Amino acid sequence: MDIPKDRFYTKEHEWASIEGGTAYVGITDYAQSSLGDITFIGLPKIGDMIKQTEFCATVESVKAASDVYAPLSGKVTAVNKDLVAHPELVNKHPYDKGQIFVMEISNPDEKANLMDEEAYRSYVEGLSK
Amino acid sequence: MKLIFEKHKEGRRGPSHAKTGAPKAKGLDPKYLRKKDTNLPSLSELDVVRHYTNLSRLNYSVDTNFYPLGSCTMKYNPKFTERIALFEGFSDVHPLLPQLSGGGVLAQGSLEVLYETERLLSEITGMKAFTMQPMAGAHGELTGVMLIAAYHKDKGRRRKFVLVPDSSHGTNPASAAIAGYQVIVIPTGKDGYMDLAEYKKKLNNETAAVMLTCPDTLGIFNPHIKEIADMAHEAGALVYYDGANLNAMLGKARPGDLGFDVVHINLHKTFGTPHGGGGPGAGPVGVSEKLVEYLPISRVVRRGDGTYALDYQAHKSIGYIAPFYGNFGVILKAYAYMLRLGREGLIEAAEMAVLNANYCLAKLKDYYDLPYDRTCMHECVFSASRQAKNGVHALDIAKYLIDRGYHPPTIYFPLIVKEALMIEPTETESKDTLDAFIDVMIEIARLAEQDPTKIKEAPLYMPVKRLDETKAAREPNLRWRP
Repeated sequence: MDIPKDRFYTKEHEWASIEGGTAYVGITDYAQSSLGDITFIGLPKIGDMIKQTEFCATVESVKAASDVYAPLSGKVTAVNKDLVAHPELVNKHPYDKGQIFVMEISNPDEKANLMDEEAYRSYVEGLSK
Repeated sequence: MKLIFEKHKEGRRGPSHAKTGAPKAKGLDPKYLRKKDTNLPSLSELDVVRHYTNLSRLNYSVDTNFYPLGSCTMKYNPKFTERIALFEGFSDVHPLLPQLSGGGVLAQGSLEVLYETERLLSEITGMKAFTMQPMAGAHGELTGVMLIAAYHKDKGRRRKFVLVPDSSHGTNPASAAIAGYQVIVIPTGKDGYMDLAEYKKKLNNETAAVMLTCPDTLGIFNPHIKEIADMAHEAGALVYYDGANLNAMLGKARPGDLGFDVVHINLHKTFGTPHGGGGPGAGPVGVSEKLVEYLPISRVVRRGDGTYALDYQAHKSIGYIAPFYGNFGVILKAYAYMLRLGREGLIEAAEMAVLNANYCLAKLKDYYDLPYDRTCMHECVFSASRQAKNGVHALDIAKYLIDRGYHPPTIYFPLIVKEALMIEPTETESKDTLDAFIDVMIEIARLAEQDPTKIKEAPLYMPVKRLDETKAAREPNLRWRP
């Protein structure tokens, strides 16, 4: 299970890589492997105001459609348009080319609600028991 | 197998019939006339007959084999209902008749069937009134949520949210969203029931409704259902009953008595009418007293003199939701089914459905993980997690079952169970059929331990092997091109 050290995680298996006031967001390796082959990504709109833990995007696989929740609150500033034609990028490269969107963080304190690599790893291990 | 287009041979044709003496219809405006050939294949009559006969032999249906598809009640469709639907007095009645001057008298039998079916369903579910119009379950759901919206609007209440448990059918949040509501998902607690604490937290004076399947999609009856409904009512919200699993509690418990305000029923699930390609669906909607005035127009009424008519006078109605009055042939079949089984028969159907599901559960629980281990209702949900450790996933098990002549159970639903296998045998299956199916399931569990590739290679004996589902979803190609 690939869980990079340099990012933060949610219980719903989103990751956020935070650089100053900007966060890069995607779903984790665990999420993509449980979903199976991804066939469609419903991207948020640039300019959308999103709130931590609230719905912001959709991921559909051959098994199920699943919601993506915002790891932090803020404004969507860019989306990964490559995913429209190539949703499989999320399966192949969940942490870089499969990144879903970029956001401007409105409340940096919310970072405290996210898990670091170590906490997320033990959370995921707990799930598969 | 070749497509019929690929069987084309230039110059081949079926029999051509003598021309009639009737004059040609006045020609269409030339701008509508086709300029190019239609590209239909040239074939002999026998080519066509063989093509479609062979295709029909590849068909799998509840008339050919066991069909334990969970959450979808694929019960047998008794043939007497088909005979009744073909009675000329019903099949030749034009749906416009009740609206024509003097036509109502010619449609009394059909109107009485609609009226009586509404009364029977009201009695079975404990609701005040029904509309038989929705054409399918999802259509019924949307109608139901629109009724809820009309109610709140009429009362001057601003409501924004619809609550659904994370085990719900996907159509519940979809119907709520299409009706203009925002959906809030309530997680399932460790005990397998909707998390009550989380529900209380999300329920407030902006909640329009909570939508529940009962028994829920884990095949479990939620003992807190009355409490959930009471809390919703206290907050001024309504409670919606998704009737997909009504088969389990026919004659045992009534949604109306449990506090539900809106109910949709799938006649093609609970009342033995054909499913999927076998015929159109029907998703009648029942309501409690406070929602009756919002029901779609028209309503079937019984006049003082005992005659029946369609009533269009309802100024608070949500309006028209369907052309004419629902899928009449389907409603007729369900009516015949209810009368033939009677009160005792319907109760027995529910009991046998629950018994059959528990039989499967008891026989298979040593071989498959059971995430929520308790007596189930009409369906049982296993997890193939144990088999997945050897690389045998729910999908592989499904493919192997096809090879062995069984329609697979529902897989990967409900979403909250990993590697879900959801088995719903229904009441019409004999112990022999169940035993044969159980034997194959046990064989799969054994192969998953000893020889997993056998399962992973399946199906080997079907006209097509594994289809590339991912490619089909990513690059759908729905048209034949030369």
